Amino acid sequence: MPRKKITIPDELEYLSILDDRGRLDEKLEPDIPDEVLLRLHRTMLLGRKFDERLLNLQRQGRVGTFPPIKGQEAAQLGTIAHLRPSDWMVPAFRETAAEIWRGRSLESIIIYNNGYNEGVDIPDNQNDMPISVPVGSQIIHAVGLGWAAQYRKKDDVAMTFFGDGATSQGDFHEGLNFAAVFQVPVIFVCQNNHWAISLPLSKQTRSKTLAQKALAYGMPGIQVDGNDILAVYAAAREAVERARGGGGPTLIECVTYRLMMHTTADDPKRYRTDEEVEQWSKRDPLIRFEKYLLDKGLLSESQRNQVESEVLDEIQAAVDRAEKQMEALGDPMEMFDHAYADIPPYLKEQKAYLARELSLNDEEGRHG
Amino acid sequence: MAKMTMVQALNLALRQEMEKDDSVIVLGEDVGLDGGVFRVTDGLIDQFGDQRVLDTPLAESAIVGMSIGMAAYGLKPVCEIQFSGFSYQNFHQIENHAARLRWRSRGRYHVPMVLRTPYGGGVRALEHHSESREAYWAHTPGLKMVIPSGPRNARALLVSAIRDPDPVIFYESKALYRAFREDVPDAEETLPIGQPQVVAEGEDVTLISYGAMMRPTLEAAAELKSKDGIAAEVIDLLTVSPLDEEILVRSAKKTGRVVVVHEAPRSFGAGAEVVSRLMEKAFYYLEAPIERVTGFDIIIPLFIREKAYLPGTERICRAARKVLAAP
Repeated sequence: MPRKKITIPDELEYLSILDDRGRLDEKLEPDIPDEVLLRLHRTMLLGRKFDERLLNLQRQGRVGTFPPIKGQEAAQLGTIAHLRPSDWMVPAFRETAAEIWRGRSLESIIIYNNGYNEGVDIPDNQNDMPISVPVGSQIIHAVGLGWAAQYRKKDDVAMTFFGDGATSQGDFHEGLNFAAVFQVPVIFVCQNNHWAISLPLSKQTRSKTLAQKALAYGMPGIQVDGNDILAVYAAAREAVERARGGGGPTLIECVTYRLMMHTTADDPKRYRTDEEVEQWSKRDPLIRFEKYLLDKGLLSESQRNQVESEVLDEIQAAVDRAEKQMEALGDPMEMFDHAYADIPPYLKEQKAYLARELSLNDEEGRHG
Repeated sequence: MAKMTMVQALNLALRQEMEKDDSVIVLGEDVGLDGGVFRVTDGLIDQFGDQRVLDTPLAESAIVGMSIGMAAYGLKPVCEIQFSGFSYQNFHQIENHAARLRWRSRGRYHVPMVLRTPYGGGVRALEHHSESREAYWAHTPGLKMVIPSGPRNARALLVSAIRDPDPVIFYESKALYRAFREDVPDAEETLPIGQPQVVAEGEDVTLISYGAMMRPTLEAAAELKSKDGIAAEVIDLLTVSPLDEEILVRSAKKTGRVVVVHEAPRSFGAGAEVVSRLMEKAFYYLEAPIERVTGFDIIIPLFIREKAYLPGTERICRAARKVLAAP
C-alpha cells in the first residue's frame, strides 16, 4: 500500500480589522450600530478603570486577591455583546468586563472579592453561570447547557470562556469533542493571553495556533486579533449566528495579552520581561478602539473624557455602596446556607453548635 | 407485582420516571443500543429515542460535566459511569461543580442529577472493577451517597434520587445485579433518601451494613439466631450520606452491642463515621467496644483472592460473638 496524502478540507483564518495603531481596514469593517459601539466603548473603559481601582483597593487591603483583566477587554466584550439575556454565559474567572456587560453590579464584584458569598449576584432573568476557578472544567457545562436548550427547542446558545492554559486540560478536549459530536449551540472563546501564571504559550503547546485544534474535532475555528474589538465582534457574530441557526459549535481563539499579573498574589517580573509587556501595551485594545471611534467621528476627545469622568463616578459610588453593604454582612452563619435543598439533621446540629460557640466567644470576650 | 432482579428493577425505575417526566435524560457509555454493559438501560432507547438516551463518546469527565450543564438548565440527567473505578476521571466535576453549584450560585442553580455506577467486588472482574469507594463521595459536602441492597429498595431509591433536587451518587452492587429476585410492585414506590431501615428486629446485638454486605450480614443474623439463639437487630443504611443516626442510636441504646460491616477499606470508611456518631450519642449505653468488619486497607486483590478480602458471614458472626462476650 502506498503512502498517500489525506486532504483535510478545513481552513483556518486569522482576522484583524484594526491594525496595531487602530487604523481601520475599511473592506472588513463590520456593520455595528453606533449605540452598540458606544456602549462597548463605555463598558470597556468602565472595565479598565474598575480593574485599576480594584488593584488600588487590593494594595490598600480593602479587597482580597483577584485576577486583573487589563488588556483582555476587547476579547470579552466583542464576544459577549452577541448574547441575549436568555443565552448562557459560562465564565472562567477573568471575565469581569463580560460580567459587567451582562449587568453584574460593580459592588457585587467588590463584595465577592472581599470574601463574601453575598457578592455572587447573577442578574435575574439572565442565564449566567457563576465564575469557575478550576481551569477548563466549566467548558463542559456549556455543552450540557447548549444541549438542553436544543432539546427544549429554544434557539439559545451557550458561550464559554477559558484561557490558553485551559487548552492543555482534558476537559477542553472532552468538551470540544462532545460539542462537535452532539452539534450543540456553543461558542468556545479562548482568550489566549500568552501566560498561564508563569508558563508561556510556547510551553503550553507545540500547536501553531489554538484555533486549529477545532479542526480536529470537526468544528470551525478562527483566530482573531483579540485586542481588536471589531475583529472579535465580527468573528463572534458569525459563530453565534451559526450556533443559533443549528449549525453547531465554533472555537474562537482571541490572541490577546494579560498586561497585569495572573492574580494580585503573583509577581510577573519573575518570569517575563518588561520589554514584552511594553510591546503588548502598544497594542492596547482600548487605545485602538478609541482611535477608531475618534476617526469615525463617533466620539470626540471631550466626549471621551466625559465618559471617563462618568465611569469614575460610577466606580466611586459602587465602592461606597459595597463598603456600606459589607458593614451589615458580618454573620458567619450564612455559610451554612445553600448546602442542600433541605438541611440534614446533623448539619442543623452543627449549625446550632457553631452559633452557641460564637455566642460564648462573645460573652467571654465581653467579660475579658 | 413481579419478581425482578435488581437490573430489572432499576430499569423499571428509569422507564417509569422517563415516561412521567420528559426532563429525565439518560446518558453514558453504551447506554443506548447496547442497553448498558449490565443491561440496566436495556430497551430505553427503543422506547424514548436517542434524544432521551444518549450514547456518549468515551469520556467520564464530559459525561458528568455535560450532566451538570443539563441539570443547571433544569433537566434531570441520570448518567451512568460504566464502572465506579472509572469515576475518578470525573471526580473533579463532582467535587468542584456538582456538589457546590447550589452553594456557589447562592441557590440560583442546583444540580438535580444522578450518577449511577456499579461498585464493589464479588463478580470475578478485572482490576479497577471491584472497588468500594463510597467514602470519597460521602466526604464531599453537597452530595448524597445512596447504596441500595436489593431489587425493591433499588427501584424505590432510584426514583427518589431522580426526583431529588441535589446531586446523588448512586452505587449499584454488581454482585447484587442478578443475585436474587424480589417482588417489585408495578405501581410507583419511593423511599426517603437519608433514612436507614431496620430490616430485622432484635434485642441482643445491632448489625449495621449497606449495599452488597447486607446479604452476608443477614445470613450472619440467621446463623446467630439458629446456632447461638441470639436475636440480632439488622439495620440497612441505604443512604451513606446524609447519614441519619436516629435509628442507629435508638438501636444501639437498646442492644448496647454493635457491629458495623462494609466491604470498603477499614480506615476512614463509613463505619468509622457510624462508630463516631454512636460514641457521641449512645456511649453510656454501650456494653462493649463497637466492632468493625470491613475490607482491608489495601487495594482489593484480583478476583482469585477477593473472597478472603470481602467480609463474609463467618467474620460477621465472630465479631458479633465477640461484642456479646464482653462483660
